[in-house]
Amino acid sequence: MSQFTADKTLDARGLSCPMPSVKTALALEAMGQGQVLLILTDDPVSRRDLPVWAESTGNTILGLEEEGATIKIFLKKG
Amino acid sequence: MNKMERDMQQPKKTPVTIVLFSGELDKAMAAFVIATAAASMGMPVNIFFTFWGLNVIKKKGGLIKGQNWMQKMLNVVNYGHARKLALSKLNMMGMGPVMLKEMMGKKRVPSLDEFIKMAKAMGVKFYPCEMSMTVMGLKKEDFIDECDDVIGAVSYLSVAKDSNINLFI
Repeated sequence: MSQFTADKTLDARGLSCPMPSVKTALALEAMGQGQVLLILTDDPVSRRDLPVWAESTGNTILGLEEEGATIKIFLKKG
Repeated sequence: MNKMERDMQQPKKTPVTIVLFSGELDKAMAAFVIATAAASMGMPVNIFFTFWGLNVIKKKGGLIKGQNWMQKMLNVVNYGHARKLALSKLNMMGMGPVMLKEMMGKKRVPSLDEFIKMAKAMGVKFYPCEMSMTVMGLKKEDFIDECDDVIGAVSYLSVAKDSNINLFI
């Protein structure tokens, strides 16, 4: 059980660069400030790229968990 | 609130301007991966399509284009659109692109066609080069509807001088 709760989940598994960032940007458009998006990805590049993406777009990564091949990233908008 | 505070609150706009001079699938893919990633980061993106790069945004069909025999011959030999582009290496008479598309599809990398539509939906601007079009005898109607204004070198430079990232592919 995760210590974070998400308002919305984005399943980006199977997608490769740059799609996880693109899908994250699109998913966040429909969300409010302070809401939490859970991104599921199995793209190893995303472990490094999504935190960089979040930093340069003014969003916050709350935490990153790994479950087998799936990387779970909790991102807070704004 | 002073200017510095305002600047800190507003995320800085860092425009990206790409000149796509090449008309090969691999190089066009590189341009669109960068363009869509930049757009996802909130950066304004402009792509200036010139010379062989015009093939990327040509409409499908219409083999014979141009006014004189040289333009017509060039456009027949240089026939191409987003779904029919060669590779810059290992083209192997058209086998290379077929194999690469198959490999990219397996990894769920979008096709060039999908990248073009996605980039447009994310606000990426597409500018065909006026001079190359005139030389090759191409008209605005020969290009896909995603295209914005047809512009010249001066307009390109006025966009490029205010861009933080400038690429020539």
